Amino acid sequence: MKKILGILGLLIAICVFTSVASPYFLTAFNIENLLRRSALFGILSIGAGIVIMGRGIDLSIGSVVCLTGIVTPWLLTEHGWSVGPAVVVVLGLALTLGVAHGLLITRLGLQPFLVTLCGLLLYRGIARGLTADQTQGFRGEFAALRHLGNGRIPVPGSDSFALPVPCLIVGILAVGAAVLLHRTVYGRHLLAVGSNEEAARYSGIDTRRVTTVSYALCSLLAGLGGLLFVLDVGSAQPVDFGNFYELYAIAAAVLGGCSLRGGVGTITGILIGAAVMQVLRNMITLTDWIPDTVEYAVIGAVILAGVVVDELVKRWAAARARNLADTG
Amino acid sequence: MVADERRLTATPLVLEACGLHKRFPGVHALTDVDLRLASGEILAVIGENGAGKSTLMKVLSGALAPDAGELRLDGRPLRLRSVQEALARGVALIHQELMLAGDLDVTANITLGREPRRFGFLDRRAAEELARRHLGELGLEVALDTPVSALALGQRQLVEIAKALATDARILIMDEPTSSLSATEATKLFDVMRALRRRGKSIIYISHRLGEVRGIADRVLVLRDGANAGELTAGAIEHDAMVGLMLGRCESVLRERAPRTHGPLALDVRGLRTAAYPTQAVDFSVAAGEFVGLAGLVGAGRTELLEAVFGIVPARAGTVRVAGRDVPRGSVAAAIAAGLALVPEDRKRHGLVLEQDVRANVSMVASTRRGGFGRRDRKAERDSARRAIDELGVRTRDDRTNVRTLSGGNQQKVVLGKWLAEPELRPRVLLLDEPTRGVDVGSKAEIYRLLDRLAADGMGILFASSEAEEVLALADRVLVLREGELTGVLGRDEASEEAILRLAAEPRASECSA
Repeated sequence: MKKILGILGLLIAICVFTSVASPYFLTAFNIENLLRRSALFGILSIGAGIVIMGRGIDLSIGSVVCLTGIVTPWLLTEHGWSVGPAVVVVLGLALTLGVAHGLLITRLGLQPFLVTLCGLLLYRGIARGLTADQTQGFRGEFAALRHLGNGRIPVPGSDSFALPVPCLIVGILAVGAAVLLHRTVYGRHLLAVGSNEEAARYSGIDTRRVTTVSYALCSLLAGLGGLLFVLDVGSAQPVDFGNFYELYAIAAAVLGGCSLRGGVGTITGILIGAAVMQVLRNMITLTDWIPDTVEYAVIGAVILAGVVVDELVKRWAAARARNLADTG
Repeated sequence: MVADERRLTATPLVLEACGLHKRFPGVHALTDVDLRLASGEILAVIGENGAGKSTLMKVLSGALAPDAGELRLDGRPLRLRSVQEALARGVALIHQELMLAGDLDVTANITLGREPRRFGFLDRRAAEELARRHLGELGLEVALDTPVSALALGQRQLVEIAKALATDARILIMDEPTSSLSATEATKLFDVMRALRRRGKSIIYISHRLGEVRGIADRVLVLRDGANAGELTAGAIEHDAMVGLMLGRCESVLRERAPRTHGPLALDVRGLRTAAYPTQAVDFSVAAGEFVGLAGLVGAGRTELLEAVFGIVPARAGTVRVAGRDVPRGSVAAAIAAGLALVPEDRKRHGLVLEQDVRANVSMVASTRRGGFGRRDRKAERDSARRAIDELGVRTRDDRTNVRTLSGGNQQKVVLGKWLAEPELRPRVLLLDEPTRGVDVGSKAEIYRLLDRLAADGMGILFASSEAEEVLALADRVLVLREGELTGVLGRDEASEEAILRLAAEPRASECSA
């Protein structure tokens, strides 16, 4: 709980700042939009967080988003598939990619950074090649399916505000991930592998399986995210759909308390981290005096400041504990 | 011997190894090694580094398969294909570098890999129950939800032992369990080992500390060059007998020597306050050609003091003068330029670049001192590496060998070589932090002789060690620290183990409660 107070404070601070800077921030439409984007990115961030807690990294998230986001409408419209098989194939594809990452990392001993960097290049290239770089969309059809991405659940007592469907989905996923992490043997083993892989191995844990599963989950969540993203916006361009999304997801996980050294992290923190990223982007769009062109610079600066403050607070707390021990 | 035979026949053998052979490319690591372990016995296995101890332990714990030979558990043949299999048969290895997940709490570590489950989920209550029971047996009282990284080393070791007990291990193999423990923690560990012995557990205990072996072992198995060199039983476990078997010859490592003559002041430290103990100001000096020991219990601040003098952890206050000139506080480069050198405690992390070869390691200091971006003089690097290998007697195939593959003693010689390779760059004062930790007896003796020679040549030496014997044998003067405070300075004739301990140990409770 203590660990997420800092990031929660940051989220509130940015919200307060933006609501003062722009009257548009607190409108129902904007909040709903923010929630939807945060939820969609939250799905990716949970996956990134799981891999990071196992002391891995996945740079291919954005390209997996692109691949599933492109292939879904491509199968449905260009090839006339029906919804069920298309969704199963797309998610199965994402899962397979994750398993492949995991196997390359654990069986061949390749470095996660390298494997997933190649994934980043490969899947975007494949998506662009498959479609000859043509934008893929639903052509106004598949309204029921698209409801998963752009649907709204009416909130009693409010006409203008409705809960975006992705919020419900990310909620279910978050509860599932938290249970997985803290209540199952798998979660315990994942944290052990992230904390000290040797110790885990010598305790009889099949560390290769644990790691492989974490990459599989990450890619599956990225695939699901890509599917929901394209269902939300209705069409996707292979050249930039999902571009940089892995960095948003990793940043959210790190802001939310996952250490790149593995072994620690909470799902709640990750979701708040994902929200911080989206509110930041929203802030830049809404405030007149911050030009949109410096978006990345602002995001980078805020994350850096957050990490620096976190480190300083940690040092201060450690020094205080030392002093207390000296005098006490 | 008669009593021993009776004891062995009275208590059944739990583990036997007969005729073990293990070859690695170029090395015959084990040759026809036999080992017997009775139930409720503490068997010490000693030998120089490279004598085959680690290989033997790996074979016994299932990490390595022998090329030939047989293991028997309770008289029945035992084939181990993995560590997991050994664990399942009741053989657990307690690693020297503890195998714990620091971010996880005590309970999670003790039950790691064997978590109790209920309906497929973690059963936290059962796990805590299990952890509490096994910690209780070891007399360790810590909150079960403490992350292991927040525990002291001695406590972590007990957690690791509790973890082994939780697997119902009957045979514990402990690889240098006291190497990083304080004297108090080690004593506590020995009590635990005795308690385990009373409960019928068998322990194989590897150590370089012969004094401890004498105190705890029922029997000692000595290995030399990968083969059995002999056994000692209860009454015969004496220091000289052990060293004799390890070396294959009778030679006391620590010999008497003539008093040294000292030159002018080489290192002068005034009012030094370390970041760890900012309330204690320390004054001391080392003369050229003088050998000063730095004694104290673990946690007394020896390492912190050396690191502050060397500037790697800046001191809070105070001056360090080398040969009469002030060294700017907190600059390692200035300290080296002034003529200081540090052989750090953690050789693998701070002393060497394990991924590089002997040549790169030896030339690291010299090349830095010659300047950053200039062209490297490869020939000079090669020559100085070869000189270091010859002069220090580093046993390595050549100067391009990776230092990771060298034994502890030879790695330590490489660290010394970094500072000594270039005659014109030799330090005025050599600071050494536990230079013989994890170093075998033979290399220890060589390091002692080297340091003795350096002092004779006029180098000042400040030598921190937890082994009192070592300090007493080598030092002209002994500084004793306690919790950062310099509690005394003993001349060669006043220094004794008792005198050091009196100054190093904590005051009695009645004195400090005031």
